[in-house]
Formats: sequence, structure tokens, C-alpha cells
Amino acid sequence: MTILHVTNRDGDIREIDAPDGRSLMETLRNAGYDEIEALCGGSCACATCHVYVDGEVASRLQPMSEDENDLLDAAEDRNERSRLSCQIKLSAGLSGLKITIAPES
Amino acid sequence: MSKSDHFDVLIIGAGHAGAQTAIALRQQKFEGTIGIVGDETEHPYERPPLSKDYFLGEKTFDRLLIRPESFWRERKVSLMLGHRAVSLDADARTIFLQDGAKIGYGDLVWAAGGRARRLSCPGFDLGGIHYVRTRADVDALLEDAEAATRVAVIGGGYIGLEAAASLSKLGKAVTLFETADRLLARVAGAPISHFYADAHRRRGVAVLTSINIVEVLGEQDRVFAVRSDHHTFPCDLVIVGIGIIPESEVLAKGGAKVENGVWVDAHGATSLPHVYAAGDCAAGESQFADGARLRIESVQNANDTATSVASSIMGAPRPYAATPWFWSNQFDLKLQTVGLCTGHDEAVVRGDPETESFSVIYLKQGRVIALDCVNNVKDYVQGRKLVELGLSPALSAIVDSDIPLKNLLPPTA
Repeated sequence: MTILHVTNRDGDIREIDAPDGRSLMETLRNAGYDEIEALCGGSCACATCHVYVDGEVASRLQPMSEDENDLLDAAEDRNERSRLSCQIKLSAGLSGLKITIAPES
Repeated sequence: MSKSDHFDVLIIGAGHAGAQTAIALRQQKFEGTIGIVGDETEHPYERPPLSKDYFLGEKTFDRLLIRPESFWRERKVSLMLGHRAVSLDADARTIFLQDGAKIGYGDLVWAAGGRARRLSCPGFDLGGIHYVRTRADVDALLEDAEAATRVAVIGGGYIGLEAAASLSKLGKAVTLFETADRLLARVAGAPISHFYADAHRRRGVAVLTSINIVEVLGEQDRVFAVRSDHHTFPCDLVIVGIGIIPESEVLAKGGAKVENGVWVDAHGATSLPHVYAAGDCAAGESQFADGARLRIESVQNANDTATSVASSIMGAPRPYAATPWFWSNQFDLKLQTVGLCTGHDEAVVRGDPETESFSVIYLKQGRVIALDCVNNVKDYVQGRKLVELGLSPALSAIVDSDIPLKNLLPPTA
């Protein structure tokens, strides 16, 4: 079981149980976070699934690709915790990950 | 539907624009009733993967859903799927469906998209001819493609090229036919056209331009060749990607101003009261085309025009001013577009197309109006500001790929 702590744009925090093998973007979208637009459907072609990642397990995430890094430059409010949620594949090892949905750009 | 219904907001079309209208209304705390009529039977889904990930079996259909099925129930959005709107009485604020049912509305959002333009030449109705617009189209195509070995793709636009790439990856011998003298003639500049023709050929697709397919030949109701004026090309499957026709007849008959799409103002309002339009079928004036009225067929446009319509319905109108962007994946080539290249007078190549990572910058009287970036996310991201600010950097700086595009921005940008 992969438990994620998700903070939405209103600041509400909720725990969600994520299925393995899906991306963080799909997991957030399926959990009803409609702030996640993910317009390109997860093909790393836009920056509309921007989140901040936090917590001890955040260091276990795969490092971002150059494309992801470049696309995040298009996101306002980018910081050192920024990721595109479509590029994060979830697994049990990531239980406890804290996610905050980035402000609307 | 057997009984007469009424929704405060009735949305016709369950694609990207229709779905986003409902999502945005609920996000903006709209408390009235919302109904969506869609002529397909599926819940709202993403169309772009139909020619790519879904086509290749890399993504199952449930992963294409714009929102999970439960979302629509939880947000109290009534989906009326498998139904088609056939007429509009704007005075009575009523939509009539094909099965005779009628639905009243407070506000109507026309987001019916477009239908694939069909072949009209002799043989157009033979078995083995396919389109790529809906899930049903692609499921039928894939079933038919299993036994096929030689595929003719008619149309060298994005859909034709993406289908050609996918079929080639599935091991088919693919020949692509384009009537114009170059690929993507309607949507991109010549350097992009030539690059994609070469790139497809390098990967085994036969690309033929300036060639008009005048007949599809068959026996026992099944295609066996396509024919131009001078040659016959054997094939056992045909994919047609020759554009879409906007679904606007119902609105035109209902009295709305329609000409290559439903005319809308900056807030998505049509010429009829309480009737809005969004997405592929809506034609608005674009500040990214010097105010020209045009239809844009993209997810970005569907999504952002829908959000704008939702704001109008909420009484807090926000004019549609989003920067156009688009992407197309073919083989290992990722194209990203920002701006609209319509009306460019110069297409400047930045970087070396031979490396398969480069950009084309479109200028109009020296001003940057759009970029096409192939495997070059940096230029795509950094070039966006050049388009939005309408800058006119020196040509020598634009072509020098050692100079990051962000260095061409004024210090305050």
C-alpha cells in the first residue's frame, strides 16, 4: 500500500491510497484532484500537472529528465521541490510521500 | 431518454471541451444542474493517444479517461451518452435529440467538435478503409490491421503522420500519400515539412507528396489497392486522415452565425442568446493571428475555451487569451508548437535538422509569431515568451543555437 499525503490548492490535507504502477498524475486525477489538468495526458509535453514533493521519501524519487527540468521552467512558482506528477511512477517504496498541488499558472 | 428534461447548463459534446466546461463550472462553484450529451458511448476521454499510445497498446482505454467514471457522479454531472443532438430551438431554449427526446436549458454550450472528413472518391465505401477520430474508429482499425501487411495512409497532416509512425512501429509497410507538394502544408512551414518527410523515410515509411488518390480499388468489398492518376499502389488497409468537418450544422439551422465553425466572441458567446461554443467547432478571433477568425484543433484550445465559457456562465467573464500550444509524437520525435504560424513570412531554422533536435522560428515582419520545436524542449519553453511579447530579435541571434532563447528577452521579462 502506498499512502500519499496530498495538500490541495485550498490547503486541505488528505491521505490517499495509491495503486502501484500508475503515475502520480493519474493517481491524483483519479482521486478527484481536478486542479491537475494534465493536458498532454502524461507525455511530458506541457507543465499542467505541476506539484511539490516533500518528506523523507522524496529523496528516493527518480531524478528528473532534462525534458522535465526544461518544462518546469515554464511553470510559474517553480521551486527546488517542483516535479511534473506525470513523470513520477508510484511504488510501495514511496509511501509517505507528501505532495502539494502547485498554484494555478 | 424518454421524458423531457431540463438542465441549467446543457453541454453538447463529451470530448475535451465538453468535459472541461463541466469541470470548470464545478471548480468555480456552479451549483446548478449540468448535463452533457455525447454521441459516443464512452465517458469523456483523451483523443490524442488514439493515434499513439492507445494505438500501440501502450495504454489501456481506462487510462485515457479525462476523469474516472465516479467523478461525474460525485460532481453531479449527468452524462447522456450515445445520444446525438439534431436540432435547436433557441427561442424555446430547447435541444432535440435523434430519438425524439427534448432537453431544455438555461445556457447551452456547443462543444460537439468535428467529424473526420470522409473520402469521396470511387471505392470510398470499401471494407478496410479506416479513420482515426474516435475510440470505436481505432478499435475497428486495430482489429482489421492485425492481418494487414501493406497500409496506405491518405493525408500528410498530424493524424496521418502519427498513424503512419504507429503502423510502421507495428511492423506494417506504410506508404503515405499527400496531395500538396509537402507534408503538414496547412499547419507548419516548409523546413518542418521536409524534416518530417525525411525522418519518416529514414524510419521506413514511403512518403509521397503531390499525389492525389483518385480511387480505392477492391474486390469482394475489400480494398486491394489505391490509385492515383498514373499509378496503382497495392495495399490491404487504408487509413484516411484528411482533416475534420466542424459539427456546426445544428447551430447554423438554429440561427447561429456559422462559417467554418460556430462564430464566438472573446467570451465564447455565439450570436444566439444563452448559447456558447468551445473547442474544435468554435471559430473566434485570435490575437495570435492578428485578430483573424479561425478554428484551432487542439487539446489546449478545447480546454482553455471551455474554461473561458464556464467563466462567462458564472457571470465573471475572462476573455480567451491563452497562448496556443500543441504537440505531436511520431516515433522518437517530439514536436512542440507554441503560437500560430498562420501568415508567417519567414521560417528560420535554428540548429541542425540532421541531428533531429532543432527548432523553426516563424516570423511575420520580423516579429516572432510561433515556434515548432523538434526534440528541443528548451527552445519551446524559452521561445514562448518571444511569442507572447511579440519580440523581434536580430536574425543572427535567432539562428545561433548556442545562444539560449531566453537571452533574447528584454531584462524585465
